[in-house]
Amino acid sequence: MNILVCVKRVPATGGRIVLTPDGSDIDVRFLGFTVSPHEECAVEEAVRIVEAHGGSSSVLTLGPVAAEEQLRDAMAIGIDRAVLLETDGHDWDPVATAEAIVEAIRAQEAAGDPFDLILFGNESADSGGFQVGIRVAFALHRPCVTGVKALRIGDAGTRTATARREAPGGGWESFEVTLPAVISVKEGINLPRYPSVPGRLRAKKKDIERSTPAERPGGLEKIVLRLPQREATVAEVLGQGADAAPAVVDLLARIGVLGR
Amino acid sequence: MSGPILALISLAGGVPDRGSLEALSVARGLAVAGDAALEAVLVADAPAARAAVGSLAGSGVTTAIAIEHETLTTDHPDGWAAAIAQLVERRAPDAVVGVGTERGNDLMARVGARLSWPMAANCLTVEPGERWRLTRQRWAGSMIEECWLDAPVRLLTVAPNTVAIPAPDGSAVPAVEPVSVTLVDADLAVHVTSREASERGGISLGDAKVVVGGGRGVGSGEGFSDLEELAGLLGGAVGGSRVVTSAGWRPHADQIGQTGLRIAPDIYIACGISGAIQHIVGCKAAKHILAINTDAEAPIMGVADYAVIGDLHTVVPAISAEIRRRAAVRA
Ligand SMILES: Cc1cc2nc3c(=O)[nH]c(=O)nc-3n(C[C@H](O)[C@H](O)[C@H](O)COP(=O)(O)OP(=O)(O)OC[C@H]3O[C@@H](n4cnc5c(N)ncnc54)[C@H](O)[C@@H]3O)c2cc1C
Ligand SMILES: Nc1ncnc2c1ncn2[C@@H]1O[C@H](COP(=O)(O)O)[C@@H](O)[C@H]1O
Repeated sequence: MNILVCVKRVPATGGRIVLTPDGSDIDVRFLGFTVSPHEECAVEEAVRIVEAHGGSSSVLTLGPVAAEEQLRDAMAIGIDRAVLLETDGHDWDPVATAEAIVEAIRAQEAAGDPFDLILFGNESADSGGFQVGIRVAFALHRPCVTGVKALRIGDAGTRTATARREAPGGGWESFEVTLPAVISVKEGINLPRYPSVPGRLRAKKKDIERSTPAERPGGLEKIVLRLPQREATVAEVLGQGADAAPAVVDLLARIGVLGR
Repeated sequence: MSGPILALISLAGGVPDRGSLEALSVARGLAVAGDAALEAVLVADAPAARAAVGSLAGSGVTTAIAIEHETLTTDHPDGWAAAIAQLVERRAPDAVVGVGTERGNDLMARVGARLSWPMAANCLTVEPGERWRLTRQRWAGSMIEECWLDAPVRLLTVAPNTVAIPAPDGSAVPAVEPVSVTLVDADLAVHVTSREASERGGISLGDAKVVVGGGRGVGSGEGFSDLEELAGLLGGAVGGSRVVTSAGWRPHADQIGQTGLRIAPDIYIACGISGAIQHIVGCKAAKHILAINTDAEAPIMGVADYAVIGDLHTVVPAISAEIRRRAAVRA
């Protein structure tokens, strides 16, 4: 199995978001960076599939040079190789992003083995477009299943995979797809491992393949960001420690959740 | 006179689901603003689609389109995308408006991919004009983006639970227009091949009136027994932050937040949870939030209605004991 995972570098915002003065972006001066939990799970899934079935795994990102950090995080838990599509760091729209990824995949496949599986996160953590994986799949004429929370590779020789996701009304629905396929993954499909120290050291030394794609904007253009209007509430302190229990139970009674 | 506005309507229990009614409300606003026809496309198997048309009375829809094809069912995501792409080419709408659920976004993205046009997911407001200006959710709603959507046909989905649904007016049951589409094998290749029932029993986190949530402050998987006890006494369910699911203290199905579940209980009791934005988007629809935290300055205090400052392993058992004490007095 030859697997590619696509990840996006995003700021790890905590309890409060601060925007830059012009509102064009999040103020990231005091923030670390990460990828979406869905994408962390996609990385873990790729590593597990290669562990079970053999083959090789790659990780790709379109982003600034600093996104090397996210590529190395993926290699630290076992991804074999990394590809950076370098930008000046501003967010590309989903059409432009997908197009650059498609071109990179074509170049990768022309130079080496075709990918049996391309994994995406279900949606990026920051812009949440819900579409890059679908666009890539369509351009490459490969089947695509989104929201996948369980993935089983068919027996050797069958060239199939079964992808399971939650059904809208509850329960699960499964798709059997022929490989090569594109799967977008949701957190919960697995529990990602933590990188080991040797894993981190190995990842640090690995080469990263780089290219600089041209941006062709696709028609969705960010103007400005803002935070939703929310009246800042001041929590009413019911008490300190165990002494607060009667006040809490009074509250539960008042709002009618205490039972009869 | 501009092209029509198409609203994609999916069904739950034979009638339009809530999200679709929100999408329809946005689509109607666009139709009125552009003096355009409002057409509904029922994203449902044809017999169900025809049966549901009556429920569109009073919604301002002039035409309800029922897609006719011998094999197409809602189990074929690409088939539906192909059908809608064909419809778009024939009717040249100004916009196609769908719902920003998992399925709704998946479908609209597939339509966008086929037509090579942009698509905007989880929109809050739409201002048509020379250029269409939208607001849409980022970070699952923790942030709002204002953007331009430039395309001959604007493909967009409406963020669920953000739009008021107008009361039905006097408009008539729309006329049903059957439209047949031509699909090739590749359009039907991706389809649901099997289904399973859910394996979880008990009170589901999504439906519980009381949710007791635990975060890093709980300290361990065993530490959740205090929360389980309180939830049990209140007929509620236990959930948690990503820290506790990543650590394996709780299964991912219990995770509340951006990449977990969105809940809307009567009360959410957040124990040892700091209040990261990605957690808050999952619980902010709760009617009341009570935070139990050792840190009176934790960000959760800015969203909680009530707080108890203290160690959750002292406070939570004390609450359970007090509930028991009062029950005993009453008995
Ligand atoms: C893209 C993305 C998506 C994410 N999705 C989610 C998501 O879906 N859900 C989610 O929850 N998180 C999500 N996160 C993670 C999120 O950013 C936070 O890291 C996480 O919510 C923090 O969990 P926590 O509050 O349990 O831990 P912490 O932030 O470490 O907070 C622990 C709190 O416990 C308090 N505490 C400690 N000991 C005690 C005690 N004995 N008694 C009482 N209080 C105590 C501390 O004062 C502190 O406030 C996501 C992050 C990213 C980047
Ligand atoms: N800049 C990027 N580089 C690599 N992969 C990306 C990028 N943007 C989005 N993706 C992938 O596409 C998925 C869906 O993104 P989106 O359509 O923005 O919600 C993400 O979870 C990533 O796997």
